[in-house]
Amino acid sequence: MTREELDAAVVTEQERSQSFRHHVDVCIAAGCLSSQSEVVLNSLRTEIRERGLEKECALRGVGCMGLCKAGPLVALDGQAVMYQTVAPADAPEIIESLDTAPVERLVCPVNMPFFNRQTRIALENSGQIDPERIEEYIARGGYSALAEALAELTPAQVVERITASGLRGRGGAGYPTGLKWSTVVKAPGSQKYVICNADEGDPGAFMDRSVLESDPHRLLEGMAIAGYAVGAEQGYIYVRAEYPLAIKRLKTAIRQAVRADVLGTTIMGSRFNFQVDLRIGAGAFVCGEETALIASIEGGRGLPRLRPPYPAEYGLWGKPTLINNVETFASVPVILRKGSEWFAGIGTGKSKGTKVFALAGAVQNTGLVEVPMGITLREIVFDIGGGIPGGKRFKAVQTGGPSGGCIPEAYLDQPVDFETLAQLGSIMGSGGMIVMDETSCMVDVARYFMDFCRTESCGKCVPCRVGTVHMHNLLTKISEGQATLDDLAMLEELCDLVRHTSLCGLGQSAPNPVMSTLRYFRDEYLAHIQDKRCPAGVCHIAPEVTA
Amino acid sequence: MKPAEQVTVLKINGDEVSAHADQTILDVARENGIEIPTLCYLENLTEVGGCRLCLVEIKGAAKLQPACVTRVREGMEVATHSSRLDTYRRKILELIFTERNHICSVCVANGNCDLQDMAAALGMDHVTYPYLNPSVPVDLSHELFGIDQNRCILCTRCVRVCAEIEGAHTWDVRNSGINSRVFTDFNEPWGESQTCTNCGKCVNVCPTGALFKKGKAVGERTRQIDFLPYLKTMREELK
Repeated sequence: MTREELDAAVVTEQERSQSFRHHVDVCIAAGCLSSQSEVVLNSLRTEIRERGLEKECALRGVGCMGLCKAGPLVALDGQAVMYQTVAPADAPEIIESLDTAPVERLVCPVNMPFFNRQTRIALENSGQIDPERIEEYIARGGYSALAEALAELTPAQVVERITASGLRGRGGAGYPTGLKWSTVVKAPGSQKYVICNADEGDPGAFMDRSVLESDPHRLLEGMAIAGYAVGAEQGYIYVRAEYPLAIKRLKTAIRQAVRADVLGTTIMGSRFNFQVDLRIGAGAFVCGEETALIASIEGGRGLPRLRPPYPAEYGLWGKPTLINNVETFASVPVILRKGSEWFAGIGTGKSKGTKVFALAGAVQNTGLVEVPMGITLREIVFDIGGGIPGGKRFKAVQTGGPSGGCIPEAYLDQPVDFETLAQLGSIMGSGGMIVMDETSCMVDVARYFMDFCRTESCGKCVPCRVGTVHMHNLLTKISEGQATLDDLAMLEELCDLVRHTSLCGLGQSAPNPVMSTLRYFRDEYLAHIQDKRCPAGVCHIAPEVTA
Repeated sequence: MKPAEQVTVLKINGDEVSAHADQTILDVARENGIEIPTLCYLENLTEVGGCRLCLVEIKGAAKLQPACVTRVREGMEVATHSSRLDTYRRKILELIFTERNHICSVCVANGNCDLQDMAAALGMDHVTYPYLNPSVPVDLSHELFGIDQNRCILCTRCVRVCAEIEGAHTWDVRNSGINSRVFTDFNEPWGESQTCTNCGKCVNVCPTGALFKKGKAVGERTRQIDFLPYLKTMREELK
């Protein structure tokens, strides 16, 4: 496909789309699928066929529209009207009313803050296109950034643009993406690799999943641009086996991309070759750590190793390897398309652009949101999220999953950026955001995350393998009202030990949920220990038996 | 002009020492008579960096680094001992003692055990953390040797010596986290292993009494690891 053919494909697809009077989009991403959106899609299809409207009404499955709690979601005519919690039986009414007023009882207000307070970059196509059709991705500007890079930019210029955009890694640590790319460029060796880390494992997080399921071509384009920039001809997507739908759509996307000549050899008539293969994770959380991920791709046990040397220098098969997260790659095409200054104009001083969060827990609007960096936690939880349901009191928001921490109400007006969240004792993380109300016990929360770390520890180093078990035992003891202040001291001592002596990020950050809850909710720990009661009423503390 | 082999100068505990650029901090320290405690490390086997006893402080580095895998750099300033490091090492050792069931008085390795020696060297005279008391198996199916998982510290020396020196790769580690276990072949009993050559190298490199020669009573275990330097030569010839 040449650039002219690409432009022609855009026109063809737009004409095809405009030939329909109505568009009915049904979300077929994981959230809505789990509430039977596929059945809804089928009943709408039957309805359209029975009324003979196939030529007038385009029905398609699209990616995630974000408001997962209200699924299955159906959008009409480019989200002019949205319907929520649609049942298969609603199909006749929906089709019937296409030319008249919308079905009142199903309407989901599209002007609510949940939708209009977001800035969608990584998710710009999510919910707007059929993830299984490359034509729709192309029609929305897809692969034009790759075409431009191949035709007009040198690899060094691509790296410059990414650097100038201020993009930082969206996997959690926020390492400057441009710097990482230029390191791989400079690393000696002719054989280099690009890896996409799609081993999203934080409890409650589904940002990457949504990009993979809703807009897989975006990732492929970002990886191909990265491959061109760093001089790699082979890319791997390491995706967890727990995402079968993402795997299926990625496979479809790769096949389509190769056929459209945007992946493979001599891409778009250039001299650039780039191939992408999938590698499926087997369920270990630690394989999200880059060195463990590389070991897993190589066929070994998923064990991390010491860095340096970093993968940029010594990665897959010992070759220089660029490894970025899904959301990072997904931001790349749009940066080239709209310009580095545009991207750098969004966000705060050191944190540019947007971040996707999976909003979960005790909040009205659970789902997927993309917000500009620098937005406050309060805006996310109360404006976009719609606040706490059931008139309950807000208690804390947990970011960063098992490596993150809990942030209390006092800091809700702090801006969401890498530095601020770290100062608050949490981390940006990959984007999990769990809101907790007064019915959550912070000791129990810490215990839950420590149970996760204990189970997911690979066992390679002593502090993480044994330390997390002791910490979990101590937290259990506290939650059961059996602990003493000495146990609390031992817990804090272990936090310090495991944090400073573990081999990889999993162990080093495993104490974070404990340390942050101890920092802000120490009184809850003390209530369990000294008063033998759980203030939130979560933990079962057996009454003391007196003789 | 670029010198063929880079030589660097670094400071260990304030003293300047010279080193080849590809040496590890541990190599250089030991060359200069500075002892850094190690358990999983064994000269001539691939380094793992798993026991974390050899962690050292490097000026300017935010994190502690394991001396056994960290390469030297020009101008590096390393501290191998400090009260912080000593405390961490002692606590890590305590964690190892709580993980399985280490009872010296009934162990073949009593008096000839790296773990026991390390406890003495680091002044670890008691264990503050609660013992985990796991129920782990003993495999005596091999005609010459036995493995008592109660004494295993997962240093993986046996795995490495078997794979890297003997070339059999009978041993490996299965499961993860606290449930990690060394095992033979596809988890058949050791005695039924198709790959084990009965060479006994694993038994000789085991730091504790986890792997032992049958027929030895308490404290009777002896080890011959004098074969390792020869094997290093052999390995280098193979390169």
